[in-house]
Amino acid sequence: MADLRYEAPETLGAAIALLADAKGPAKVLAGGTDVIVQMETDLIEPELLVDIKKIPELRQIKAEKGGFRVGAAVSGMDLVDHAAFAKAWPGVIDGVKLIGSIQVKGRASMGGNLCNASPAADSVPPLVAAGAVATVIGPKGTREVPVEQIPTGPGKTSLAKGEIVVSFFFPRRPPRSGDAYQRFTPRTEMDIAVVGVGIDLTLDKGGTCTAARVALGAVAPTVLLVKEAADALIGTTVDDAVLEKLAKACSAACKPIDDKRGTREFRIKIACVLAKRVAQQALERARQN
Amino acid sequence: MATILEESGFSPDRKLKIVGTNPVKHDGLDKVTGRAKFGADFFLPGMLVGKILRSPHPHAVIKSIDTSAAAALPGVKAVITRDDFPDLPKGTPGGDLTRNVIAREKVLYEGHVVAAVAATSESIAKKALKLIKVDYEPLPHVIDPAEAMKPDAPILHDHLRTKGVKDGGDKPTNVVERLDLAMGNVDKGFAEADVIVEQEFDSKPMHQGYIEPQGCVATCTEDGQVWLWCCTQAPFVYRDRLSQLLKLDASKICVQQSELGGGFGGKTGFYGEPLAIVLSRKAKRPVKIVLTRAEVFRGTGPVSATKSRIKMGVTKDGKITAAEAELIFQTGAFTGSMFVNAPQAMFTRYNLENVKTVSYEVVSNRPKVNSFRAPCVPQIVFGVEGVINELARKIGMDPIDLRLRNAATEGYKTIYGDVFGPIGFVETLEAAKKSDHYTSPKKPGTGRGVAAGFWFNRGGETSTSLNVAPDGSVTIITGTADVAGSRISISMMAAEELGVPVDKVRVNMADTHSLGFNRVTAGSRTTYSVGMTVVDSARQVIRELCRRAAGIWGVPEEGVVFEDGHCRPASSNVGEFEPLSVADIARKTTGSHGALVASTSMNVTGAGPGFGLHIVDVEVDKETGAAKVLRYTVVEDAGKAIHPLQVEGQYQGGAVQGIGWALNEEYIYGEDGKLQNPSFLDYRMPVASDVPMIDTEIVEVPNPRHPFGLRGVGEVPVVPTMAAIANAIGDAIGVRPRSLPMSPPKLLKLIEQTKQG
Amino acid sequence: MAKKYHVTTTVNGDEYEVLCEPQQTLLDVLRDELQLTGTKEGCATGDCGACSVMLDGELVCACLVLGVEADGKKVETIEGMGNEKELHPLQRNFLELNGLQCGICTPGILVAAKALLERNPDPTEMEVRYWLAGNLCRCTGYDKIIRSVLATAKEIRGGA
Repeated sequence: MADLRYEAPETLGAAIALLADAKGPAKVLAGGTDVIVQMETDLIEPELLVDIKKIPELRQIKAEKGGFRVGAAVSGMDLVDHAAFAKAWPGVIDGVKLIGSIQVKGRASMGGNLCNASPAADSVPPLVAAGAVATVIGPKGTREVPVEQIPTGPGKTSLAKGEIVVSFFFPRRPPRSGDAYQRFTPRTEMDIAVVGVGIDLTLDKGGTCTAARVALGAVAPTVLLVKEAADALIGTTVDDAVLEKLAKACSAACKPIDDKRGTREFRIKIACVLAKRVAQQALERARQN
Repeated sequence: MATILEESGFSPDRKLKIVGTNPVKHDGLDKVTGRAKFGADFFLPGMLVGKILRSPHPHAVIKSIDTSAAAALPGVKAVITRDDFPDLPKGTPGGDLTRNVIAREKVLYEGHVVAAVAATSESIAKKALKLIKVDYEPLPHVIDPAEAMKPDAPILHDHLRTKGVKDGGDKPTNVVERLDLAMGNVDKGFAEADVIVEQEFDSKPMHQGYIEPQGCVATCTEDGQVWLWCCTQAPFVYRDRLSQLLKLDASKICVQQSELGGGFGGKTGFYGEPLAIVLSRKAKRPVKIVLTRAEVFRGTGPVSATKSRIKMGVTKDGKITAAEAELIFQTGAFTGSMFVNAPQAMFTRYNLENVKTVSYEVVSNRPKVNSFRAPCVPQIVFGVEGVINELARKIGMDPIDLRLRNAATEGYKTIYGDVFGPIGFVETLEAAKKSDHYTSPKKPGTGRGVAAGFWFNRGGETSTSLNVAPDGSVTIITGTADVAGSRISISMMAAEELGVPVDKVRVNMADTHSLGFNRVTAGSRTTYSVGMTVVDSARQVIRELCRRAAGIWGVPEEGVVFEDGHCRPASSNVGEFEPLSVADIARKTTGSHGALVASTSMNVTGAGPGFGLHIVDVEVDKETGAAKVLRYTVVEDAGKAIHPLQVEGQYQGGAVQGIGWALNEEYIYGEDGKLQNPSFLDYRMPVASDVPMIDTEIVEVPNPRHPFGLRGVGEVPVVPTMAAIANAIGDAIGVRPRSLPMSPPKLLKLIEQTKQG
Repeated sequence: MAKKYHVTTTVNGDEYEVLCEPQQTLLDVLRDELQLTGTKEGCATGDCGACSVMLDGELVCACLVLGVEADGKKVETIEGMGNEKELHPLQRNFLELNGLQCGICTPGILVAAKALLERNPDPTEMEVRYWLAGNLCRCTGYDKIIRSVLATAKEIRGGA
């Protein structure tokens, strides 16, 4: 096996070429908080690391068409500190804040969190609930992909060889919208989510829910966008009876596994509890906007 | 003349200037600037990096090991296997010792050492490990101790027969020992009880969780002498075991302890150190071995998993009449759990007359356990203090009152034969009862629990040396490792005795060439024992100072007294002389009389037991089973707090370790016998946001056997923690958990059962 | 022999040139190549914070940064805290209030706490606890660590 090579290109084109031409296993290096750990514990043995942090488009946060375009390699702390984005998408910020410690957030990025494709990734459910769209650029050009279509299974993505997730587009926020993310962990910090729930919803002037997206994490091989759960919310004022329906729809959609972090049974129970709590928090935020 | 062990010179009226204050720790400056040198912080010219090959199987025969490809890799300077270690006979302490260091006939747990390499870089060493070919024949494995006791369980050691059982037969077993410990007549006791409670409990292995992985540097000379730098709680024990393991005279082995980044009992036995020495001998260069965190979890000793059945009886007016227990301890692949502590300590704070215990130690395919604070006791007290809580509830008595009603006092003869001297259990309970925590109403929807604990506290073999330099400054060398900052307390006691400022005293941790044998730092013995020998040496020096002052003044020795750091004439009859300070005499007489030195080596006795009562408030999220500790108070008797902030630190640290053990910490094994959570991500120790401030109250009922009245405080703080938290959770959710850890899924199940039941 | 990369980096104001293999982390480089052992390895997987350093003003785990990524960047470690004349107030308060026992987690905690106080001079107890959630301590139970940080914050603000 060849020794490891490290490259830090300054343009997107150069990065794509390196990845497309790689003979052996290659990895994109953003924050490194997954890749470096996986190398240290011998889970992966790449022959090429392509560090994308010198490429400007990957590290910028810009207003665009009333929404935001966030570079895929923007660090968690930089995103958390972006006042305008945090105001518009507090649920996404909830998720990013839970990726890991302050030290980890100093490096970790949403792009890395998404492409590492852990079923329990914390920023992914709120990203999916937000309806974020990933701009993916590769040797064959550019495509726009709803983020829920990027992970295809634990550790696997739908990206072709040479493709990089460059940025995420968050659409303009309609008035009276709110998003939230909560997860269950045994400790208050530093754990991998046993269950994660991200919900985004919009209300009309009368307080009725006109749009909703519900995403569940850590209860299936990838994050689940649960249409039935969203449908339970739409057209209602999200009262207790509706929350029960929401919880039922979530538990029906869960396909969790038993592992050292939680049993099937426990995860399903918690998914129900969290779904209600997250919906209530999103509702509060929507009412305040 | 009476020795210090016979007459300590303790006086409750002594006016203390230094003991009882909080000077800044002398080792603190290096620690806050990053200059303190821990196990991995040492370098020697030409040093190689050592890496270890470990078994992927929980149980297998090693048919062959081929290291030729590894040895041929450029940059590799030595490869070692079992063939590089003397074969000590199976079934002896030496045989167990060598087989845990490196496997011989079989591997007995996932992570068991099979080989090691030393190379010029870490990446080359790692490549070399991959080139070592081991031919394993996997065998069936057994993890759970109760499973390991069954007659058809896979057997780890063919030679093992149960100790303590007559007519055990000649069939190999996994039960190392059965220990029966009893006093009085429990049948009579239970017959007198109005209420009897009998419950079963279990706990999983947990790890000491020290943040510093084991790190060492070893170097050997051509004539076979060994020099070892390592983080350890037991430099002399390491030396003597290395001597046994390598068949090398102890005088040819020098162990120099580094700063220790946490031990808690887990660094009382070596792991990588003998490998580094043998690699260094073969490579003829120094070798550094630092364990990775995964190696620490897979290869170093966790704490015993246990199963217990506890039965206690009480009269309706609160007298506990009998106590009975059956206990099973898992010791991992080799014996060494120190399980005897449990039957000796589990009930010992109550003045019981009728006690019967049966305990078993069982091997299974897990790493050999190592000590933790109060080895084998906290996880058993988890059950005992739950049963006591239940007794109190059933007879309608306040939980602290029930404990007061049965509290042991001076003169009580324990199950292990010692008779208590003056002890502070009653005072501790009374202080807890009056505490702000206990007397404040608990928040609605929360639960409150209390639990009591005891630890023997130990003395033991201790050897120290003290010398006064010509400038009057004092150097002390100790061989009992400082694990949490006892150096400052030792300095304070010496300074108090000699009447010099504490800044004039420095304590250094010596290597094993410099002193006689010192027992391991364990059993909460350090401040007590080292304080004892250092004070004894200080007194020897004081007698010598007086002799020299008498010489300077030309008066008889009886005419000189020592007060406040000065030699003075005993009265005006002796003569009018200006007092001479320690520094004066040192300066004036070192040239003529030689150095002012004293050393003391003794088996220190008279350590007084410690007692604690913990009060905990918890809140449980009834929809998820997550428990949160809201308020925690430790009330404990320290005898005399030499450095109160240090004592508080021990109480607080013990409480939070107990919170982790109570709520989340456990080893998780798969069906394949492999550890699934060998990392800090999934072995969940408390983080700062998980716990509240820990309030402490230091009770002081002195132990007059010690010059300053102190008692050890390192272990008592962990003993009642899980029990107190479980009692609080029981109060919050209506059913008291009996299985550790009390993780959310388990609590959620209990909550649901209570709803249905 | 594996190819090494030439890295130029500034640590605590001093410029260093180092040759390192690409998989070596900044932690490996600081400790093994530069022999700056104040930064500690507790886990090498970013779960304990004992290797906390500042990288271009950001608080990070040195075990989660490759040595090659530090090229051209500024690193600040515990060795750069305080100066030859006086300790940083955090170091002094930790000593006076006994915010350390064995001391292995202390460098990481001090670096992290300094980053907090530079960003938020008046944190609440819970803000300190959440900021330090990435720094494990096994000896102290965190109590005296939190108190030392809060006391320092108060002192730096002028005792208000």
